[in-house]
Amino acid sequence: MRWFGSPSGLARDGPPGRLGYNGAMPRYEILPHPADGKFRAYGPTLAEAFANAALATASLMWDWTTVQPRIAVSVRVSGQDREQLLVKFLNELVYLFETRDLVLAAAEDVRIATRDGAWTLEAVFRGDDLAAGYEVYGLVKAATYNEMEIAENGGFVLQVVVDM
Amino acid sequence: MEIRKVDDNIWEIPRDGAMRVAARIYSSARLLEQAKGDLTLTQARNVACLPGIQRMSYVMPDAHQGYGFPIGGVAAFDLGDGIISPGGVGYDINCGVRMLRTDFHDADITAKRKELLAEIFKDVPAGVGKGGVTKLSRGVLKEILVKGAAWAVENGYGTGEDLERTEEGGRMAEADASGLSERALERGLPQLGTLGAGNHFLEFQKVQEIYDPVAAKAFGLDDVGQVTVMIHCGSRGLGHQVATDFIEQMENAQGTAGLPDRELVNAPFKSELGQRYYRSMCAAVNYAFANRQMIAHWVRDVFARVLGSARGMRQVYDVCHNVAKVESHVVGGAEKRLCVHRKGATRSFGPGRPEIPPAYRGVGQPVIIPGSMGTASYILVGTKEAEELSFGSTAHGAGRAMSRHEALKRFRGEQIRDDLARQGIELRSTSWKGVAEEAAGAYKDVDEVVRVSHAVGLGRLVARVVPVGVMKG
Repeated sequence: MRWFGSPSGLARDGPPGRLGYNGAMPRYEILPHPADGKFRAYGPTLAEAFANAALATASLMWDWTTVQPRIAVSVRVSGQDREQLLVKFLNELVYLFETRDLVLAAAEDVRIATRDGAWTLEAVFRGDDLAAGYEVYGLVKAATYNEMEIAENGGFVLQVVVDM
Repeated sequence: MEIRKVDDNIWEIPRDGAMRVAARIYSSARLLEQAKGDLTLTQARNVACLPGIQRMSYVMPDAHQGYGFPIGGVAAFDLGDGIISPGGVGYDINCGVRMLRTDFHDADITAKRKELLAEIFKDVPAGVGKGGVTKLSRGVLKEILVKGAAWAVENGYGTGEDLERTEEGGRMAEADASGLSERALERGLPQLGTLGAGNHFLEFQKVQEIYDPVAAKAFGLDDVGQVTVMIHCGSRGLGHQVATDFIEQMENAQGTAGLPDRELVNAPFKSELGQRYYRSMCAAVNYAFANRQMIAHWVRDVFARVLGSARGMRQVYDVCHNVAKVESHVVGGAEKRLCVHRKGATRSFGPGRPEIPPAYRGVGQPVIIPGSMGTASYILVGTKEAEELSFGSTAHGAGRAMSRHEALKRFRGEQIRDDLARQGIELRSTSWKGVAEEAAGAYKDVDEVVRVSHAVGLGRLVARVVPVGVMKG
């Protein structure tokens, strides 16, 4: 089956390394999107890029820089590829917020492993209880595969769109 | 991409390559230009490639880029060799709108506007985090997933007439809660009876203009100045989790090779997995119906308390904006049962359809199209032509034109509140930043969206209402 256009809307035939990483990059950048939340998260390693993607997602809901890391929750997800691993990792943040009122301040000790084609991730989410009085200005419904890009080029760049 | 003009406000992308059918866009030249600015049209073409698609891949006037399917996309699939796709329904399953009419006139509530809004704000939880008001057991939640709004009415929230005036009678009978994950239930338990954030809102309004007095009368909209209520929300985290779970299950079952967008993942409608998604989606639809039923009940309570009575607060209708349903439509001269996906689109059935409540069967189904925050909303009536044009569907709202991020940079919530106050509109929210993200200036022009709908015949104008008090989650 032949599909049309670039599924991601990114120019695939653009200059190589367009999604490349360099050490001067911020943790993440929020990108324009007509309706929802789109960002690129950066990191020298896949694990750090994942941790920064969690912060980018949190930034769409609350100001994570003001959150006290009083609570720690261990998370573990698995996926059949890196994309699925990323979606499930970010959805973990949404799930813990909705069901345990956990407002994320940081994703730490992110460890990613692959074995026999399956991917697993372990991490510690640090944050606080919503009841401590944080302003929630947006709700992420779910992480999606839309326009998702995982680029490895001297480091890692993760592009994600979350449904809001 | 070739886009051919078929008629005023009607455009087509001819069938080409892997497309099984053409894509058709109902849009003004101006709205089409906006849609060209994102992936809307590419997504409409991708949908046209899916197995079992019937007639055409349709795009409504308010369309914008979604995931897999565009928001404002309508596609119907053969039940035998067609598919069902969570991406064709969306994450917020049965996001929808309920409208109540009242016997109150604008003048009756002018002095009580602030109090009404304050009480609504107190009684209807926005539900950010787990802070709902209902403490449900898993057993009761599962009952709600099967019974929908009927559960709420049985438990004292509203009347049987509300159910008659709700799409599907407030309950999709094919619902099965056994396909929902533990996580979906866990997210659903604390959030029943909550509004949610984002573009979800609760408004009381006044009728500003009536275009079709006969249909308006049938819907209970009698006069300019009459007070109405609109509730816009969905299935909350429970529905989002159902979508997430089934996208993953379908990926694991089918793989994603060849899909230009993983969110287009699907399963044959008649397959075990396709059926499990369909029945789980129906359960989430029912949760959303129960949600709006409870909220409507609380609003009536507030009116009774603040104004002394809930005079004539009858339901006009309750419509789904994100859903897949099995419906009969004519394809190639013969009537066929199809799985119609409406993602950011409203059903718009004309007179005579058996799905419409008897009270409206002579005029057609009420179509409720909310505008952006602080702007007008519209009531339309479904048409016979819409069944031929779009499987009986039309637009669902204004549609975003600017990113949330950009809106946050350009607007300030407190400023919007003050501007609206000067126009006589009260606004309250849990977050002023959230208000800035939903600024009317970040949306398309809803007036033009409904004008196209009316001109093409997807749904005809009945009345325009404007807000008086707005609660944004």
